[in-house]
Amino acid sequence: MNPFSSETRLRDMIRAIRACKTAAEERAVVRKECASIRAAVSDNDNDYRHRNLAKLMFIHMLGYPTHFGQMECLKLIAAPGFPEKRIGYLGLMLLLDERQEVLMLVTNSLKQDLNHTNQYIVGLALCALGNISSAEMARDLAPEVERLLQFRDPNVRKKAALCSIRIIKKVPDLAENFVNPVASLLKEKHHGVLLTAIQLCADLCTVSEEALEYFRKKCTEGLVKVLKDAVNSPYAPEYDISGIADPFLQIRLLRILRILGHGDADASDLMNDVLAQVATKTESNKNAGNAILYECVETIMSIEDSGGLRVLAINILGRFLSNRDNNIRYVALNMLMKAISVDGQAVQRHRATILECVKDSDASIRKRALELVYLLVNETNVKPLTKELIDYLEVSDQDFKGDLTARICSIVEKLSPQKIWYIDQMLKVLCEAGNYVKDEVWHGLIVVITNSTNLHGYTVRSLYRAIQTSGDQEAVVRVAVWCIGEYGDLLVNNIGMLDLEEPITVTENDAVDVIEAAIKRHTSDLTTRAMCLIALLKLSSRFPSCSQRIKDIVNQSKGSLLLELQQRSIEFDSILEKHQNLRSALVERMPVLDEATYSGRRAGSLPAVASTSQGNPLQIPNGVPKTMDAPLLDLLDLSADEPALQNSSGPNFLQDLLGGDILSSASQSGTTQPQKSGTDVLLDLLSTGSPPAQNGSSTADILSISQDNNKTSVDALNSLSSPMVTSVQSTPASSIMDLLDTFGPSPTVPKDNDPAYPPLVAFESSSLSLIFNFSKQPGSPQITQIEATFTNKSSDIYTDFIFQAAVPKFLQLHLEPASSNTLPGSGNGSITQKLRVTNNQHGKKSLVMRIRISYKLNNKDMLEEGQISNFPRDL
Amino acid sequence: MIHFVLLISRQGKVRLTKWYSPYSQKERSKVIRELSGTILSRGPKLCNFVEWRGLKVVYKRYASLYFCMCINQEDNELEILEIIHHYVEILDRYFGSVCELDLIFNFHKAYYILDEVLIAGELQESSKKTVARLVATQDSLVEAAKEEANSISNIIAQATK
Repeated sequence: MNPFSSETRLRDMIRAIRACKTAAEERAVVRKECASIRAAVSDNDNDYRHRNLAKLMFIHMLGYPTHFGQMECLKLIAAPGFPEKRIGYLGLMLLLDERQEVLMLVTNSLKQDLNHTNQYIVGLALCALGNISSAEMARDLAPEVERLLQFRDPNVRKKAALCSIRIIKKVPDLAENFVNPVASLLKEKHHGVLLTAIQLCADLCTVSEEALEYFRKKCTEGLVKVLKDAVNSPYAPEYDISGIADPFLQIRLLRILRILGHGDADASDLMNDVLAQVATKTESNKNAGNAILYECVETIMSIEDSGGLRVLAINILGRFLSNRDNNIRYVALNMLMKAISVDGQAVQRHRATILECVKDSDASIRKRALELVYLLVNETNVKPLTKELIDYLEVSDQDFKGDLTARICSIVEKLSPQKIWYIDQMLKVLCEAGNYVKDEVWHGLIVVITNSTNLHGYTVRSLYRAIQTSGDQEAVVRVAVWCIGEYGDLLVNNIGMLDLEEPITVTENDAVDVIEAAIKRHTSDLTTRAMCLIALLKLSSRFPSCSQRIKDIVNQSKGSLLLELQQRSIEFDSILEKHQNLRSALVERMPVLDEATYSGRRAGSLPAVASTSQGNPLQIPNGVPKTMDAPLLDLLDLSADEPALQNSSGPNFLQDLLGGDILSSASQSGTTQPQKSGTDVLLDLLSTGSPPAQNGSSTADILSISQDNNKTSVDALNSLSSPMVTSVQSTPASSIMDLLDTFGPSPTVPKDNDPAYPPLVAFESSSLSLIFNFSKQPGSPQITQIEATFTNKSSDIYTDFIFQAAVPKFLQLHLEPASSNTLPGSGNGSITQKLRVTNNQHGKKSLVMRIRISYKLNNKDMLEEGQISNFPRDL
Repeated sequence: MIHFVLLISRQGKVRLTKWYSPYSQKERSKVIRELSGTILSRGPKLCNFVEWRGLKVVYKRYASLYFCMCINQEDNELEILEIIHHYVEILDRYFGSVCELDLIFNFHKAYYILDEVLIAGELQESSKKTVARLVATQDSLVEAAKEEANSISNIIAQATK
C-alpha cells in the first residue's frame, strides 16, 4: 500500500480542517490531503478509493478545485458493489455537471445499473440520471427509464417518473413515449408514485399539446376524484402535516387540475365542486394549509370562469392580505397581481392595504406591493396614489428609492391628466430623489416644459425655488439650469404668473448666482457644467447688465482639464467678446421640442429614430408631423432594400446616362456583364461627340466611373489588347482627359478631382417638381451638398410643405431647414432646402434616397413619395 | 422546479449544495456568495422569500443553519417552506436531534437523504417514514458489505498465517 495515501480518516481530515485558525492553515491542510489523494489516484489504489472520494467532496464544498477526482467517480461506479456505487454516484453528482465531457463515459455504466437486479442500485442510477443527465444521455437511456416506470417496486417507479421529467425537458421529442405509462401511473394509490406521476404529467402537458389533450380527456375525472379523497381522507399519520393529509399531494393535484382546466370549460366544470370544497374546508392557521389555499386560489383564477368560485378566491386573498405573517402577505400580493386581469374591481378594494405594504419594512414585500400599485393606477386614482407614493419617497430606504422613483415617474408620464400636474409631480420627485432619476426622465420633463408655453414662467420660478432647497440633487440642478438659461427673463420679471402662484422677487444677479453655484459645485459632473455654460451664454443676452459678470464666470472654465468645458468656454468667450451682433440671434429661445419624436424614441417603437442615436443617418427636418410611425417605417424600408439597390443601381444608372441604344450596341459586342459597363463607357467616350458644354460635366462622371468603378473593367480592357486601350490602362485618367480634349474645349472640367455634376430631376409629377443640384467641397469627396429646389406647377398654393428623406445605413443625411413651408402656385417662386449627404462607402456604393413630400392643398393633406436611385455614380 | 438547494451556516460556510440546473463551477461560487450576502443579512421577522435574478429563493433558518431553495417565479413559495421542513424533520429523525456538526461530519449522509427526497428538482416522497426506511436499508447494505469484506480479509489473514 502506498505509504502516503489515506493515512487519515475522513472524520480526522474534517477535524483537522475545522481546527485551522486561518485561511492559510486551511489551504495547507487541503494541499497536503489533495497531494496524498493524487498519489493514490496515480497508484490506482483500490482499498481507499471511496474514502478519498468522500474527502474530495468535502474539499470541493470548501471551494477548492477537485477535477482530478472525476475519473475516480467513474471507477467507483463501475465497481460491482453497492457501497462503491453509492459513493461513486454521489461524487458524480457533486463534482460534475451536465456540461462536462467526462459525463459521456458514464453512460454505459448507467445503462448496466438501470438493468441491475438490485433495486437500490437501479435507484442510484435513476437518481444520478435525473439530476445531471445531458441531452445525449437522455436520448440514449430513455428506453430503460420508460421500462422502469412499470418496475415492481413503487420506489423505483417514482424515481423513474422524476427521471423522465429531466429526459423530456432535455429532449422534448421523447414526450409521446411517456404519455401512456403516465396515464396508468396516475391510477396508483402509492403517494410517492402519484406525486411524481402528476408532476411528470404536468411537464408532459407543457411540452406537448397532444399530451395535454389526451390527459384532459382521459384523466381529469380520475384526478378530481383523487383530490376529493385526499381532502376527505381520515387521519393518516404517515402523510399528516399539522392536521392536513399530504399537502404535497393536494398541491400537486390542484396544479395539474389548473393545467387541465385552463381554457377548457368542460374540464373546468368537472373540478368546480372539489375546488370549492378545498377552498372552504382547508384550515388556514398553519403554513401547510395556507400553501394549499394559495395553490387553490391560483387554480380558481386560471380555469374557466365560475363567478362563485372567484368570489371565494378573492376573499381568501383578502384574508391573506390582512394576515400578520409576512410570508402570507407576500404571497397575497403576488396572487393579487394575477387577479387583476380577472377581477380588477375586487383588487382595487384592497388598495389602501396594498399601499401600506409599499411602506413595509421588508424589501421583498415592498417590491411586490410597488409592482401591484403600478398595475392598479388608472386615470381616476392617479392623483391620490401618486401623492401617497411621493410622500413615501421622502422617508423610504435609500436602496428602495431607485425602484420607487422609476415607478412614480412611469406612472406620472403614463397617466398625467394635465401638464401642470405633471410638472409639479416631477419637480417633487426630482427634489426628493433627483439622484436616482434616470436621464430619460429629466429629458422628458424638459420636452414637456418646452411644449407648455403658458407654463414657462411658472416652471422656471418653481425650479428656482426647488434649487434653493434641493440643490444637491443633480437632476434638479440640470433642469433648473436649463430652464433658467431659456426662460431667465420670465423668472426675473414674473411674467406669465398663474393665479395660484405667489410672486417672488428675483434679480438678474440672483439668477446668475444659481448658475454660478451649480458650475462651481464640486459634485457637478461634466454634463451639468456644460449645461451651465450654455445657460450662461443664453443669459448674457437676456441680462445685458450682467454681461461682464457672466463673461468672468465663463472665462473661469478656460483652463478646465475637461476638453469639452474648455472648448465651450473659449468659444463662448469669443462669441461674447467679438460677435455682439450675432449673439442675440444665436441664443434665441429653443424651438419647441417635439414630443412625439421624443416619446417614440423612448418607447423604442420607432426603430428609425432609435437608430439615429447610434449615429445612423436618418434625420427628420423641422416640423415633423405628430403621427410618425407609419411614414418612418416606410422610409426605413429603404435599408431593407439596400442590397437589391446595390445590385441594380450600377447598370440602371449607366443606362440613364448613356441611353439604351448604346447599351444594346454594347451587348451585341458579346462580352460579359462587368466588362460591358467598362466598354460602354469607352464606346461612349470614343464614339459620341456630344456638345462640349454638356460633355464637360457628364463625361467627367463617366471618367471617374472608369477610374474607381472596378478593376474588372480595366482587366477587360486589357484583354481587348488594342494599343489605344492599353494606354488607357496604364494611365487611365490623363489619357482619357487627353482624349476629351480632342473634342474641344471643356471649360467646366475641374482639375482637382472635384467634378461638377448635372442637376438631377429627383421627382416630377404633373403638379410638383424637385430638382437636386450637387456640389462637393474640395478635399472631402465623401460629402455631397445637395440643394433641393421645389417648384409648384399647379395654380394652387401648397401650405405646410414638408420634405422628408431617408437613406440607407452607409449614408449619413443632414437636412437643413427649408427656406419656407409655403409653396406658391404656377411656378412663381420655389422652396429650397439644403441637404448634406456623407457617403461612408464612397467609391463603392452610389447614393440612394427615399423621399416623402407632404403638403396641404386647400386644407387637404397630400402626400408624394418616391425613391431616387439615379444619382450620379461617384457621389 | 427547484434549481438548487443550499445549506449555509450563519458564518457563511457552505454545508451542502445541490444543483438541479446547470451552473458552471464559477457561477456556483458566485451564486453562493451573492445569496449568502443577502439572506444572512435579512432580519428575523421578514418574510422568507428573496427575489433574485428573476427567480425566487425561499429560505428558512434552523438554529445556525439556513436552508435555501431556489425556485421559479410562478412556483408555490409556501409549499417550498414545507419541503424544507420535511427534509429537516427527516434529518432530525435520522441523526436524532440533528445539529450542524452532524451535517459537517456526515455530509454524505445528508446528501443521501436529500437524494431520497428530491430528484430533478422535484419532490419525490411525501412520507418521512418511507424515506427513513429507504435510507436505512441502503445503509445496512453498506454495513453488510463492510462486514463481508472484513470477514474475507480475516479468512485471508488466517490462511496466510
